[in-house]
Amino acid sequence: MPPAGSNRGFAKRGFAPWADPGLAPLLRIEGVSKRFGDFTAVDRLSLDIYQSEFFALLGPSGCGKTTLLRLIAGFERPSSGRILLDGVDVAPVPPHRRPVNMMFQSYALFPHLNVSANIAFGLKQEGLPKREIAERVAAMLALVKLENFGHRKPHQLSGGQRQRVALARSLVKRPRILLLDEPMAALDKKLRGETQFELMELQRRLGLTFIIVTHDQSEAMTLADRIAVMDGGNLVQVAPPAEIYEEPNSRWIADFVGEVNLFEGTVGADGLCVEGTALGRLRVAAKIDAEPGATVWVAVRPEKMRMTRNGPPPDRPTDMENTAPATVADIGYLGDLSIYRLRTDSGAPVQAAVANSGRSAEPAIGWDEKVRLSFPPEAAIVLRR
Amino acid sequence: MAKLVVRIPYLWLLAFFLVPFLIVLKISLSQTAIAQPPYVPLFDLAAGWPGLRNFFSALSLDNYVFLGSDPLYFLSYVKSLEIAAFSTVMLLLIGYPIAYAITRVPRRVQAVLVLLVILPFWTSFLIRIYAWMNILQHDGPLNQLLLALHIVREPPAWLSTTTAVYIGIVYSYLPFMVLPLYATLEKLDETLLEAAADLGCPRWKTFWLVTLPLSAPGVLAGALLCFIPIVGEFVIPDLLGGSRTSMIGQTIWTEFFANKDWPTASAVAVVLVCLLVTPIVVFQYQAMREAERA
Repeated sequence: MPPAGSNRGFAKRGFAPWADPGLAPLLRIEGVSKRFGDFTAVDRLSLDIYQSEFFALLGPSGCGKTTLLRLIAGFERPSSGRILLDGVDVAPVPPHRRPVNMMFQSYALFPHLNVSANIAFGLKQEGLPKREIAERVAAMLALVKLENFGHRKPHQLSGGQRQRVALARSLVKRPRILLLDEPMAALDKKLRGETQFELMELQRRLGLTFIIVTHDQSEAMTLADRIAVMDGGNLVQVAPPAEIYEEPNSRWIADFVGEVNLFEGTVGADGLCVEGTALGRLRVAAKIDAEPGATVWVAVRPEKMRMTRNGPPPDRPTDMENTAPATVADIGYLGDLSIYRLRTDSGAPVQAAVANSGRSAEPAIGWDEKVRLSFPPEAAIVLRR
Repeated sequence: MAKLVVRIPYLWLLAFFLVPFLIVLKISLSQTAIAQPPYVPLFDLAAGWPGLRNFFSALSLDNYVFLGSDPLYFLSYVKSLEIAAFSTVMLLLIGYPIAYAITRVPRRVQAVLVLLVILPFWTSFLIRIYAWMNILQHDGPLNQLLLALHIVREPPAWLSTTTAVYIGIVYSYLPFMVLPLYATLEKLDETLLEAAADLGCPRWKTFWLVTLPLSAPGVLAGALLCFIPIVGEFVIPDLLGGSRTSMIGQTIWTEFFANKDWPTASAVAVVLVCLLVTPIVVFQYQAMREAERA
């Protein structure tokens, strides 16, 4: 592990240890279940996480993501299954002996200790010499840009500063894995955005393995190398952010991560189109992996929907497939984007997102306007469940 | 009208705390007399200016000088402070584990246990002390138990000893120690203990490094809530203690009722109040700091 503050640039591009079958994972979760009475919080879950990965556990509240984090930290014991760190079962290791550290959602800073003493707390438990502790605390304070705040008590800090103290305290012991439980939940939106990029930068510089729990999908997408989407104590999909967004494996994921239009239909005879949807026959780009006649769903992201005033889109003048006439029912103006809620002439609700890049040749499409909706076959995602 | 409502508590304090204190202070500056009331000078507005001047010139600090000249009073103060200090330490040692244990059980059970702590208040304090006299007497339940268990061969004498005073005080004041400790420990954020464990701190050490320092306000509140009234305690040493354990409350009683020396008794009381104001100020300061933090 590189020392804190070393500047080992990490090539994020092409970083995909999970694709290398010869590589041993840093953390292996093997069929782990956790039951609280009748309630199963985590249900026979298996997962591999690799060295230097920034891994996100994403899911709605109550999906078991925090329980999974607490199982890794050792605050909960699995009802069944094994958790292996570097290939060794950590079941008999109590939390205070595990080489993982946690950043708590509430930060859990010790109110009676000042910032320096909070950060030094973990190092003191290791019985390190005083000079080394002081040096490492100073390095950490510099890393989180709180050099002049060492003598403050937590209650004398702003929310953002407290968050950075919590981060420093959990990093100072150079854990094998840093667990972050909703680390930005208490920050306002602007600060959250900045902090996300700082956190990413920090993780790359230190080359540490981070596991973050969040219910905020944009946070997971921004930060993580891979996202595990959880629901009901199970993993629904584990993949890099772009794959989760562009190739969701179910309607639930497509709907949970971002906005989506779903059209139900049956696979056409040639396996390249879906028949009988609310928009009629829909052509897709790749051969559908299902028998003709099987029920499937075509998912189209709103930003991939196009609206034109007259006829087919100008770049595909002859293409009369994947299109339907519709009426604008509602417009939500978000500044950078406008969200259009439309109703096709056949009665199906459709959402389209238009980037307000400005300098448009013609005025923006307005309320109650009749338009033609369309999307290219490449934009269609075919889902079998 | 609103201002008046705000002032009512101040009027209360004025009428029932400040005025009585000033009266006692005045008596402490007077001299004994065989009269009704048994001291001079008397405050008499009817005598006019000269009367008032005579009144003030007759006040003196003689009684305080007398307190310093007789070691009886000094020893009595020391004894009271000593008993209060040791009792408070014992109350802490017994009360802290009880309060801590209450916070470790499910919430519903906690309510029951807290109720049990305050349950003795439902019986008169005096009756409970009489019960202790019964328990501690020569052929009482305590000695019977000790004899039955062969812990002692001869029944020891408990009553009229300092031990009995300690037993009575610790028993009576335990709720005043447990309740503030429980209130503080109950508020303690569980994740702080998890954070300590996460940072490599074993459980027993977490208690010393996190739980105990964070419960300091409760310890202080409980200690003062017990220490201050114990110093002035009269009933318990009077009923359970012997003539050798003379606490300051008994000294005041003797001066007032046996010696009919109201001025000296008042002087003893005023000194006691001054002694106790110090810890109260400490407590106030701590409470203010707490309020600032919150």
